[in-house]
Amino acid sequence: MPYRIVKRKDLIPGQTVLMVVDAPMIAEKARPGNFVILRVNDHGERIPLTIADRDPAAGTITIVFLVVGKSTALLATLQEGEDILDVCGPLGRPTHIEKRKAVICVGGGTGIAAMHHIAKGHHEAGNRVVAVIGARNKDLLLFCDELGSFCPEVLVATDDGSRGHKGFVTEVLRKRLEEDKDIEEVVAIGPVPMMEAVAKVTKPFGVKTTVSLNSIMVDGIGMCGACRCTVDGHVRFACVDGPEFDGHAVDFQELRMRLGQFRCEEKQSFDQFKARS
Amino acid sequence: MNEKTKTPKKPKTPRTPMPEQPPFVRARNFLEVTLGYTAELAALEASRCLQCKTPLCRKGCPVEIDIPGFIARLRAGDRDGAYRVLRQTNSLPAVCGRVCPQEVQCEGSCILGKKGEPVAIGRLERYVADSFAAENGCMQLTGETTCALPREIRVACIGSGPSSLTVAGYLSALGVKVTVYEALHELGGVLIYGIPEFRLPKDVVRREVDAMRALDVEFKTNWVGGKTILVRELLDQGFDAVFIGVGAGLPRFMDIPGESLIGVYSANEYLTRVNLGRAYAFPEYDTPVTRGAHVAVFGGGNVAMDAARTALRLGAESVHIVYRRTKGEMPARREELEHALEEGVKLEILANPLRYNGDENRRLVSVTLERQKLGEPDASGRRSPAPTGETFDLPIDTAIIAIGTRPNPILLESTPELKLSKRGYIEVDPETGETSIPGVYAGGDIVTGAATVISAMGAGRRAARSIARKFIGEDAAR
Repeated sequence: MPYRIVKRKDLIPGQTVLMVVDAPMIAEKARPGNFVILRVNDHGERIPLTIADRDPAAGTITIVFLVVGKSTALLATLQEGEDILDVCGPLGRPTHIEKRKAVICVGGGTGIAAMHHIAKGHHEAGNRVVAVIGARNKDLLLFCDELGSFCPEVLVATDDGSRGHKGFVTEVLRKRLEEDKDIEEVVAIGPVPMMEAVAKVTKPFGVKTTVSLNSIMVDGIGMCGACRCTVDGHVRFACVDGPEFDGHAVDFQELRMRLGQFRCEEKQSFDQFKARS
Repeated sequence: MNEKTKTPKKPKTPRTPMPEQPPFVRARNFLEVTLGYTAELAALEASRCLQCKTPLCRKGCPVEIDIPGFIARLRAGDRDGAYRVLRQTNSLPAVCGRVCPQEVQCEGSCILGKKGEPVAIGRLERYVADSFAAENGCMQLTGETTCALPREIRVACIGSGPSSLTVAGYLSALGVKVTVYEALHELGGVLIYGIPEFRLPKDVVRREVDAMRALDVEFKTNWVGGKTILVRELLDQGFDAVFIGVGAGLPRFMDIPGESLIGVYSANEYLTRVNLGRAYAFPEYDTPVTRGAHVAVFGGGNVAMDAARTALRLGAESVHIVYRRTKGEMPARREELEHALEEGVKLEILANPLRYNGDENRRLVSVTLERQKLGEPDASGRRSPAPTGETFDLPIDTAIIAIGTRPNPILLESTPELKLSKRGYIEVDPETGETSIPGVYAGGDIVTGAATVISAMGAGRRAARSIARKFIGEDAAR
């Protein structure tokens, strides 16, 4: 059964794409923090993407992705009305949402999309959500309006200072943690160095910190252990035990290394794709 | 001691050999190793069967095929009749003829094996299944020209591996409407992602699946039992029975230093990338896999053999199977082990990994092994290995861990009312396969832990038979 793309939008031209995909069963079951594994065509590989939003009434889910290699570039070529061959989900444990006085949700780059769904979950549970988002410049920020629609505050950091604080999200986060004693949890989603830096910042404050790990996956249903990561000294499978873990217990260095394990093959595949198209 | 003079006996007719690709050729391709009998070879082998009145071979078969019956028809030149006999009890004869460990089942019980070589039952089963040209799905599934009329009974299977396919084949031939939910994008479970093409061509599996489709079995891929669909929902949707056959799942790791280094794979990941992802044809297919030059596979079962032989075919210069006991204790089929050795796989027995060693980029460069010696037999009757303290390094760039699996929690966590065994697998009534939830059955690796294709099929058959008894009547269940 193919999965139709009912809406497609370049959030950042040539770089970040949003797709609304017809997948009623997944839309019905998806919770914040869940992801899907998809395969573009019959020669494709299985890649994981976080569910950035869902609309159970319309039977759709939203995915947002950065074009980084062959598979995402291939996916980006699909237009509205075309089909993705396989979409499997919702996978992973949903975000654990507890009643909190206040929560800070940190999103970096494309991770803002995934963070948005989790922030929404915290908001719907009645938690005060402070969004902290960051990118290289203002044109690369995502979901500002959507976050603004339910977060009382959206704090922005850009590397070049074109909007909000000039610098990193961690600086905004640290300041906030110093001032706001009601923050009971920090959630961070984005590039590995960002999540690692966030965990470092929150550690001295003793605030619970949740990160969503983006390890390499194959099946996404616990069969293979490609996504394994070390948390608190134990091997965990991000696809079934996570993808969210305690940021203070994750071995980020190992995650970074493992993410690079197929760099040569990824380059070969992407180069071949670019040469053909 | 006096040499006892034996009267020279007429030499027993040896088993008819099956043609196969020569080792040096096949070790570098993914084509099927064994080529199957021709009609003449099959007739020759069939003529060896003694047609026992109380056949021991049949007792040795987990799905109780009427073995002398199908061989008798083959001898009479009635191949289609032989196929019908196979189909009476076996939904996947072309698969079983290839992957069953016949030496411990039917052939292990064959009376001829007491003094000579047993009848090659598996090869004959394969010959019949491969050469039977069905005119339609009904005929392929039952061997009959007409199938039972559809009844108002609906059964859902979760998972599409050997146990579920057996349930689907058995019940659909009785006219039951079966819907199969599969989490991956391709059907067949371990037959597709696990067992390599060179042992079980995917076309063989596809043919069996297509036959079921023609009998109106509905297959839904990308449906994860416990995530996309819950057991409770299936019952609420009006399915009369649900069969859970989701397999064992999570690979075990050894929890030793360096297991997360780049180049260390579980056998499941390695085989899934190559078989399901077609990584052997990268970059034509998008899934990558490391093409290691020096590979070690840890474990002594069939999965270890499959992984080692796959590594050779991906171009490895050296492939070692590292096992902590000796060759004699290996649980793999003899035939698989012999095939692997012929192709150039080396054994490193009585060795156990202590740690994996990496370079500054966390890439695997070697494994430190500890020499073992065999101690007293343990509960399983096998002599347990004991460390000697002597260690040595084996330089490798790829390690594949094939030491077994543990239960996959996804479906179990979403179905808390399922009673589990101490080991965390689903508990079922051994007679019927029914779980603690009425109307919900289970079988295969999620009940027994990692076992064989045929034992999963046996479990599927048991469950299907009790479902048939309950909903259609005693007469229907065969």
